Amino acid sequence: MAKGDKVTLANSGWCKRCGICVHVCPTDVLKLGQDRVEIDDIDKCIGCENCELSCPDFVLKVVKVNE
Amino acid sequence: MAVDIYKYLREDKLPHIWCPGCGHGTILNSLVRAIDQTDIDPDKTVVVSGIGCSGRAPGYLKFDTLHTTHGRAIAFATGIKLANPELNVIVLTGDGDGSAIGGNHLIHGCRRNIDLTVILFNNQIYGMTGGQYSPMTPTGAVATTSPYGNIDQDFDLVDLTRSAGATFVARGATYNPRQMTKLYKEGLEHKGFSFIETLDQCPVNYGRKNNIGGPTEMLDWQKEHTVPASKWEKMPEEEKEGIFPLGVIHRKDDPESEYTARYQQIIDSFAKEDE
Repeated sequence: MAKGDKVTLANSGWCKRCGICVHVCPTDVLKLGQDRVEIDDIDKCIGCENCELSCPDFVLKVVKVNE
Repeated sequence: MAVDIYKYLREDKLPHIWCPGCGHGTILNSLVRAIDQTDIDPDKTVVVSGIGCSGRAPGYLKFDTLHTTHGRAIAFATGIKLANPELNVIVLTGDGDGSAIGGNHLIHGCRRNIDLTVILFNNQIYGMTGGQYSPMTPTGAVATTSPYGNIDQDFDLVDLTRSAGATFVARGATYNPRQMTKLYKEGLEHKGFSFIETLDQCPVNYGRKNNIGGPTEMLDWQKEHTVPASKWEKMPEEEKEGIFPLGVIHRKDDPESEYTARYQQIIDSFAKEDE
């Protein structure tokens, strides 16, 4: 976890739409799409890694974003 | 501190077979992060499991792995450790596999204090076979084999393993993956029998039948029904009912009482006689 890190969908195809990541996100970055999780507002992401650590399906990854 | 967890996973086997919202994936996620934080050699690590949903876990891990018969994971792991004491042996077992079918192996593993790291996935139900009650199903809970409520008492595995002689006993919960990683890391580094029970959610066969709800509601349930171990000790007895302490419950550092170390002493004593 470092400043400026943002969440990415590293393995979107593995998502089972359980909603745990949406639940643990403190800033409502993620939302549930039709079949998979989607990023709703990336600007809100604080890089806390809650979603990455809680995801049972290894879908999300918080990475350094080069701006 | 981006951790490349994918290097520990057999990516060709993913996505895994576990149901949406199952906590087993979170446990696996925390375990590989814990392994990454220790300096143990992945080439000298063996992961052993029994049967059940938890038994599938080693199939997704890129180590030497063994998927054994029902309840016998600790028995196989004891053999591996005794034959090759330099290996790090991790046992992944479920509540039914570890406390019912393999209950005897568990207590004797503790008694011998052999250097294994046992992670018990406690989802409080037999998930794979359709939701029969297990020894960890709480009294009164509904399962397919207890439609009017379970009349059995559930085990307190932390107390059981502690009194059987395990030298590192802890409990984690899937709602707190950071603590889980920390406990697994301590368990992996501990010399002696390490037992880490992990509260886990089975939304399909336990949560919805007991009106707790889906995966997110089950995580909230865990949060409401657990307290840190330090706080639990100060709580009055009547408030402890139905509440689980989390964290390291018992720890005794005594590497000389470890089973393979004692066995090596016998071998060394014969080597001296031969000289």
